[in-house]
Amino acid sequence: MTDLQSRPAAGPSGPAAEAPARVVPKPRPRRLGRRILRHAIMIVASIAMIYPLLWMVVSSLRPNEEIFRNPSLFPLSFDLSNYARGWESLAQPFSHYLMNSTLLVLGCVIGNLVACSLTAYAFARLKFWGRNIAFAIMLMTLMLPIHVVIVPQYIMFSQTGWVNTMLPLILPKFLATDAFFIFLMVQFIRGIPRELDEAARIDGCGHFRIFFKIILPLMLPALATTTIFTFMWMWNDFFGSLIYLTTPDNFTVPLALKSFLDTQGSSDWGAMFAMSVVSLIPLFLVFLFGQRFLVKGFATTGIK
Amino acid sequence: MSAVGELASIVSSRKKGGPKEKHPDNKQAVVFMLPWLLGFLGITLIPMIASFVLAFTDYSLLAPPEFVGLDNIKEMIGDTRLHNSLLVTFIYVFVGTPLQLIAALLLAVALNQGIKGLAFYRSVFYLPSLLGGSVAIAILWRQMFGANGLINQVGGMLGFENLPGWVSNPDTALGTIILLHVWTFGSPMIIFLAGLRQIPEMYYEAASVDGASKLAQFFRITIPLLTPIIFFNVVLQVINAFQSFTQAFVVSGGTGGPSDSTMFYTLYLYIKGFTQFDMGYASAMAWLLLIIVAIFTAINFFVSKFWVFYDD
Repeated sequence: MTDLQSRPAAGPSGPAAEAPARVVPKPRPRRLGRRILRHAIMIVASIAMIYPLLWMVVSSLRPNEEIFRNPSLFPLSFDLSNYARGWESLAQPFSHYLMNSTLLVLGCVIGNLVACSLTAYAFARLKFWGRNIAFAIMLMTLMLPIHVVIVPQYIMFSQTGWVNTMLPLILPKFLATDAFFIFLMVQFIRGIPRELDEAARIDGCGHFRIFFKIILPLMLPALATTTIFTFMWMWNDFFGSLIYLTTPDNFTVPLALKSFLDTQGSSDWGAMFAMSVVSLIPLFLVFLFGQRFLVKGFATTGIK
Repeated sequence: MSAVGELASIVSSRKKGGPKEKHPDNKQAVVFMLPWLLGFLGITLIPMIASFVLAFTDYSLLAPPEFVGLDNIKEMIGDTRLHNSLLVTFIYVFVGTPLQLIAALLLAVALNQGIKGLAFYRSVFYLPSLLGGSVAIAILWRQMFGANGLINQVGGMLGFENLPGWVSNPDTALGTIILLHVWTFGSPMIIFLAGLRQIPEMYYEAASVDGASKLAQFFRITIPLLTPIIFFNVVLQVINAFQSFTQAFVVSGGTGGPSDSTMFYTLYLYIKGFTQFDMGYASAMAWLLLIIVAIFTAINFFVSKFWVFYDD
């Protein structure tokens, strides 16, 4: 994956794009004291930022009553009973909700990859009537609050009988409604040299062949970024899931956590912390292994 | 170019009118654009229009919509809970977003000084913004700022006794959610860092030769050259902040309490539309939100002429 990342010609360009290859260190001589001070400030800031997370992980491995007594990270304990209790404390074992979330994420990832890449190719490479207007409209939908469409969408999906299924959440992804990814991919395709397309055109390739044989393989980094962002957003999706998924059997992880909070109130924080940590593990893994793509995607398109 | 910059340039280039473009790919484009076209019509445009129409009706899913004229709007004018939710949202947006962006900018500038371990610090500051939107973090926040939560335990160790439960106190509950928002400054920070990398080193060298202080360099070089990216961040973060939902929902247990102090506009819209099934009213509220967001975005674009500086 990393060698694809370093392909400079294919990367997104522009003032907001990150250019890891062009890091310009500023090697000005500095006094040692100031350097130490700067690191000290940064380390304090880092600890302040990360402490709540660490404390939640540590507390999830402690007996319940400790959570309201011990604000420090030590002594470490490795009591897994919170996890065992939390896993079984809803109507279904927690793995059921993890599975639901996985299905939702998988459907949305596939939808976004297929639909957004087709649209992006058209915007970046085809010359057709109304392209600029359509592109401007697409960019505007990026800023449209979902609330202004959610009520009629709900009515529509309740008439097709799809409420309380994942279809209302997945189907829109197959219709390229995530403008963020279209824009990301358009930026990326614009960075791929047109000479490649033209050579293929001379050899008699149509746009479909060019798209599948040339552009798609070259835009793997953009597809990876799309996959990672879709994963993170849908794993965390709350508003849409809350509206469309109504029975506990269909709950995704965020809804399961919410109903945990509703039923246990503030009585079993240990188990609640444990399941919260479980829900964050996939995100953390993505952060560890996909950070390069995330940083690039952020820097190009800049939306949470 | 960023999405915001691109949109601005399309709008301005249309006014100029360029050479007539040819359209040799119309036929293939239909196939490539079909998903988007269907989605735009079926998932966005038609629902948008429907939502506008519904705003003038009384509709609860059970009976067919009944046209009520301006009743919903009249009701909104007299709805004090709605006014309060607007106030809460405005406070959140106009306190939280500037604080978040200032934190992002300062940390980005500090990290851009060629500090060792940049990648490490960047990751640490960035991680919260990836997790911050999750229910899990909202649950953590609810514990941390509860009466016996982490914050008060630490406060107790420092000698503060009888601290209040921050999330259960109407005066402080919104503050805890704003703090959660500020905590996620990592994503705009990454964008600022990328922008800082683009500023040519020679500007600083020239300024140093002329004897400009570090502070002067920051205000005369860094900030002006960064204004397009600051603008971009302001536009998008304001739009996002207006739509915040999850944190207020989870921290308040879905009620917007205590005493409506965390009743975000979107939360009130959700309660009206999807727990009371007053869908006409919710649609009217959604359009008001759209108008508010559009006005602030337009103001942002308009004001940008006076402070955003494009180098090229």
